[in-house]
Amino acid sequence: MIENPRQAFSCSLPRIDLDEDLVATQNTRKVHPPLFIRFQLRYTALVKDTIRHAQISIYEPIQLLPGRSSLGFKILKKQVLAPNTVLFDVEAPQIAAKAKAGQFIILRVCDNGERIPLTIAQTRPADNVVTIVVQELGKTTFDLCRLNEGEEILDFVGPLGKPTEISNVGTVVCVGGGVGNAVVWAMVQGFKAAGNKLISIIGAREKELLILEDEIGAISDELIVTTDDGSYGRKGLVTEALKEVLDREDEKVSEVVTIGPVIMMKFVAKTTEPYGVPTQASLNPIMVDGTGMCGACRVTVGGKIKFACVDGPEFDAHKVDFDELMSRLVFYKDMETESYERARNEKCRLMQQAEEVE
Amino acid sequence: MAEKKKRVFNRQKTKTAMPEQKPEDRIRNFLEVPLGYTDEMAISEAQRCLGCKTRPCVTGCPVDVKIPEMLELIADGDLPGAYSKVKETNFLPAICGRVCPQEDQCEKHCILGKKGESVGIGRLERYIADWDLNAATEEVSSTSAPSTGKKVAIVGSGPAGLTAASDLVQMGHEVHVFEALHKPGGVLFYGIPEFRLPKKILVREIEGLAKVGVKFHMNYVVGATETLTELRDRFDSIFIGVGAGLPWFLGIPGENLNGVYSSNEYLTRLNLMGAFNFPEYDTPVKPGQRIVVVGAGNTAMDSARISQRLNPEQVTLVYRRSRAEMPARVEEIHHAEEEGIQFKLLHTPIEIVGNDKGNVTGVVLQKMELGEPDASGRRRPLPVEGSEFTLECDSVVVALGCSPNPLMTKVEPDLEVSRRETIVVNEVTMETSIPGVFAGGDIVTGGATVILAMGAGRLAAKGMHHFMMTGSSPEAEV
Repeated sequence: MIENPRQAFSCSLPRIDLDEDLVATQNTRKVHPPLFIRFQLRYTALVKDTIRHAQISIYEPIQLLPGRSSLGFKILKKQVLAPNTVLFDVEAPQIAAKAKAGQFIILRVCDNGERIPLTIAQTRPADNVVTIVVQELGKTTFDLCRLNEGEEILDFVGPLGKPTEISNVGTVVCVGGGVGNAVVWAMVQGFKAAGNKLISIIGAREKELLILEDEIGAISDELIVTTDDGSYGRKGLVTEALKEVLDREDEKVSEVVTIGPVIMMKFVAKTTEPYGVPTQASLNPIMVDGTGMCGACRVTVGGKIKFACVDGPEFDAHKVDFDELMSRLVFYKDMETESYERARNEKCRLMQQAEEVE
Repeated sequence: MAEKKKRVFNRQKTKTAMPEQKPEDRIRNFLEVPLGYTDEMAISEAQRCLGCKTRPCVTGCPVDVKIPEMLELIADGDLPGAYSKVKETNFLPAICGRVCPQEDQCEKHCILGKKGESVGIGRLERYIADWDLNAATEEVSSTSAPSTGKKVAIVGSGPAGLTAASDLVQMGHEVHVFEALHKPGGVLFYGIPEFRLPKKILVREIEGLAKVGVKFHMNYVVGATETLTELRDRFDSIFIGVGAGLPWFLGIPGENLNGVYSSNEYLTRLNLMGAFNFPEYDTPVKPGQRIVVVGAGNTAMDSARISQRLNPEQVTLVYRRSRAEMPARVEEIHHAEEEGIQFKLLHTPIEIVGNDKGNVTGVVLQKMELGEPDASGRRRPLPVEGSEFTLECDSVVVALGCSPNPLMTKVEPDLEVSRRETIVVNEVTMETSIPGVFAGGDIVTGGATVILAMGAGRLAAKGMHHFMMTGSSPEAEV
């Protein structure tokens, strides 16, 4: 808990502790000093202005499609799942009606923003809801995590990519790590509905970062939780737990699906390979348009170039060149860091201004 | 009404020169290169037209702009008249005047071209469209027909879709345009750079459409958000103009190294996402100091010229044939050279090499020589064995062309596609294998030009109107 939220925003800190203010916004609004609330309002106004600026006049005559209450995409619910990890229910009826497990959306928060892909965590077509889980890693996710219930995401398009191939194969193991567990949640629902026996292995660095344990556990026949530091569940990596499951004599695993950090998926693939168990990995390369138009998301699968956005995002994990994927993911790292720093400094600057006004 | 003036002719053999930004200035900005004719220049250029009875220029125009009438009205100084004359058949004159390959169309057929230079028809079309833009005249509310009560869906907001939308809304139909990206205009937005087609001109043309009632739906991927089959339930007729959006790569080793871009990705990052404005805009692009562009079409020229504006050490354009075979507009090649882009003709890349971080460090080129003409009539380039060498560079932009994007067609089994994944249409009516569904532009022809796509959009609009009003597919004679 933050004693004095101003400290949390101090520019001299090496890293602003954003998660705490999000948790605070959600759960403990009444203990907030007024300054913090004022800042939130100012920042919101800033984002809103940008959005309004983007609505050039051609957007105005657009007839609202059924189920949409605004021109942007309204956030119906916001829930902080873990530090830096936020769940959003977004009003997007067309996408909710169409999306299947494993597909993704692309969103943009403001008019000078970047397009980023996010795999869909859940849909509730009856409520027009698409659920996404966002981990704050850069500028766009920073902006996104600052949006609140009732506010709008400027652009939200999908469902893109091919759905997970789901059929009744027997026993399926879903292996997730970090924010990837949100997609495991989508997958276990699909595999369970098809009649499979489900073993879910979900990992996180530490207890605090583990998300959706109850949701995934409620659907799975068996749930194994691992943390790197042993603060919760088993101590160790998901691959160790996976190996034990594969070694079980009374169990024949028919398929493994995995989503999470690239390095984790790489080692999941290495773990299952000797057992000859078919393994699907859901990849997350850099994308721009997400419809096959640009080729930014090229991955090498079995020696061939594939576009993750239209040929994937799921591929045979035994054939994916994970090292290349990792190298492609960090290509813009320096620029992304610069952009993120700027956004956080801007927030600091606004804080200081608010202080001066006071 | 004023008495009709006697025509004045200008016997000048060459086109009136176009004032341009100096190369050394323009490589430091993203502003348009040709500045446009002044009134005097335009009138004097229009007076060069002989007013041939046979109207050869019009035969070269895919949308039959009434060129001689337009020129005569400009020569007489009747600019509003000239503008409405162009608008009769061409909905996007400000765009066509800038991006059409006039030397292969209207100007190619001009009689003056036989003994000198043709009339600068493209430049005058641009002049008259820009005059209207600056005059800020109230949009002459086009003679819209009474509402027919029919609804049409246009899939894709590129040049084909916008033209079809414009024609159909004027015929009295309710028009809905669906666009996958977050901005309308298709290739006109993401592909053609600001210095060749300023966005404000594009936005203005699209706003004009919205004003007369066309409804735009952004972030809507037909084939994913809604299928064609579902659209058919909601609309009386559908036009597919989704373009050719699947980039070709070279198929050589090293193509997945960091710093290898398709021209689509490169231009999208810069034009649509504003990456040249990083960090004001969030999307990054990393061309580095030495940029190699592969290809010699308009997209290659755009990629090279936009690179030159990013303050690099060197931009090199690599093409496997010779100058005579370059498919780009003459003006673009000329501008690219003026701006200091190095042409490496008769060279082809055979491998892209990188460092341990997976970033591009160079491209291995092989010399080529021209052999016998191939199926396309162009002399076939043949490799010269043992001529390989490495050209050091930080990025490689591949601008070889595109095939149709199968995202929508693959989920529609009833829609007949060719082996090249283009949609098969009746070439006269533009109707596909599904009655009431029409297609045009690059999705039918493979990568081509803006004006051809517009011509196809116009043809399809006619067919769609016929289909909706009579309930039967248009005959080939329509």
